[in-house]
Amino acid sequence: MTDFRMPSLGADMEDGTLVLWKIKPGDRVKRGDIIAEVETAKGVIEIEVFLDGLVDEIFVTPGSTVPVGAVMARICTDEELVIPVTPRRVDMEKLIHGSETAQAATAATQQLEAPLKSSPTGGGRISPLARKVAADLGVDLSTVMGTGPGGAIVRADIERAAQVKKAAEVKAEAPKPPEKPASVPEAVIQPEAKAPVEASKPAPPAEERKPAVDFQTAMRQAIAAAMSRSNRDIPHYYLETHIDMSKALHWLEEENLKRSIKERLLLAVVLLKATAKALIEVPELNGYWVDDHLQTSEAINIGFAISLRQGGLVTPAIHHVDLKSLDELREAVNDLITRTRAGHLRSSEMTDATITLTSLGDRGVEKVFGVIYPPQVALVGFGKVIEQAWVENGMIGIRQVLVASLAGDHRATDGHRGAIFLEALNRHLQEVEKL
Amino acid sequence: MNQNELKDIILKGLKQVAPNANVEELGMDENLRDALDIDSFDHLNFLIAIDEKLGVNIPEKDYGKLNTVAEVINYLNVRVA
Repeated sequence: MTDFRMPSLGADMEDGTLVLWKIKPGDRVKRGDIIAEVETAKGVIEIEVFLDGLVDEIFVTPGSTVPVGAVMARICTDEELVIPVTPRRVDMEKLIHGSETAQAATAATQQLEAPLKSSPTGGGRISPLARKVAADLGVDLSTVMGTGPGGAIVRADIERAAQVKKAAEVKAEAPKPPEKPASVPEAVIQPEAKAPVEASKPAPPAEERKPAVDFQTAMRQAIAAAMSRSNRDIPHYYLETHIDMSKALHWLEEENLKRSIKERLLLAVVLLKATAKALIEVPELNGYWVDDHLQTSEAINIGFAISLRQGGLVTPAIHHVDLKSLDELREAVNDLITRTRAGHLRSSEMTDATITLTSLGDRGVEKVFGVIYPPQVALVGFGKVIEQAWVENGMIGIRQVLVASLAGDHRATDGHRGAIFLEALNRHLQEVEKL
Repeated sequence: MNQNELKDIILKGLKQVAPNANVEELGMDENLRDALDIDSFDHLNFLIAIDEKLGVNIPEKDYGKLNTVAEVINYLNVRVA
């Protein structure tokens, strides 16, 4: 059995409200299936499942607000299904009211699962520092949802879990036995969890707090939290370079002439691909700063800043930009912008970005000074293409010029590597036909 | 096709790409991108909508001639039978 937990959909997320389940007990799920919709400060996000299996139980009712890391459902993995294991007979009452019993039950289940068990959410990876912090704060690691690379548990997850746990303890004090550690998932498991989800249930304790904040305010607060953390924790350095876009734009115009209007390439697509190619050369800008270490990412998933009409900003990831052709990228960008504005983003898009790209040229901005989205270590910004006097080989000409900027995390890289990145970016934009 | 019909198609196309914007109150000579806060992605989708309705495939080099509703009407007027 694997617990399906409320995922963290960004550095700033503390909880989410279940909008609906797209599954019911007994349903078969495949890795990547959208199984639920969860409302967050960044809108309604479609939540994907990360394993193949059979839905065993559902613990949370729509409308409930549950903290990140709380168990929402239990899924029986395919490996487990092969062996006809009798579903563990655990009295839900005990599971809820006695953590010892719960642990015993889990241990019993683990015995059955042990030989086959793939580790729970996030591959069970945990950084040594996080392990130490967990011990210090008394956080049960099995209740923590990892938000680090590949779902690894990092210090921030432990700290968040400790806060949630503290809050849960305060709220859940009265009805619980004194020795109960009130770990996160238990706070939201309902005694009636086995009953069909549709039945209207009294709210679990976790959802009674928090008055309904309007979406705008929530979005603002989420951005404020992430950006404050960025400015507090990340020693930014900034570099910029002027790129002669004449060749690239000429190529783009010719290319678009050959295309039907629906298939025309936007400049943003070209910039995305050139950024990805430059990142291959300077991989240390692509990844995360986790527990005082840089973890570079092999996958180049670029968070693409998309403004929302009602205000606010979302930076969903476009996966594997380096491996996509310009046409594949065009489709991905179209799809992503459309879904972002319609409010249909998927959980992986909210969590997988390894670097952010923001292009503000549409609004006449010449240059972007980016604020890095933690735990990422860099942000690439593009302004507007402007006609400028350009001196080359002692001659003055008029060129279409784009200012590309890099905000880098000085803990992870130095200006020298950042400069090499911008140089590579420039080179790829001079050879746009090879992108 | 008369000017009012063209205008109707244009406003519907704009409404489609900027559903939250107040397209009805848009002045004939207001800059579309600024007034409706539409970006190049929306702009392209607007042109796609026009192409679907009127069969006018607007090349990229003419984008600069399409800043206001009045300009779009003028541009389309001579190209629509």
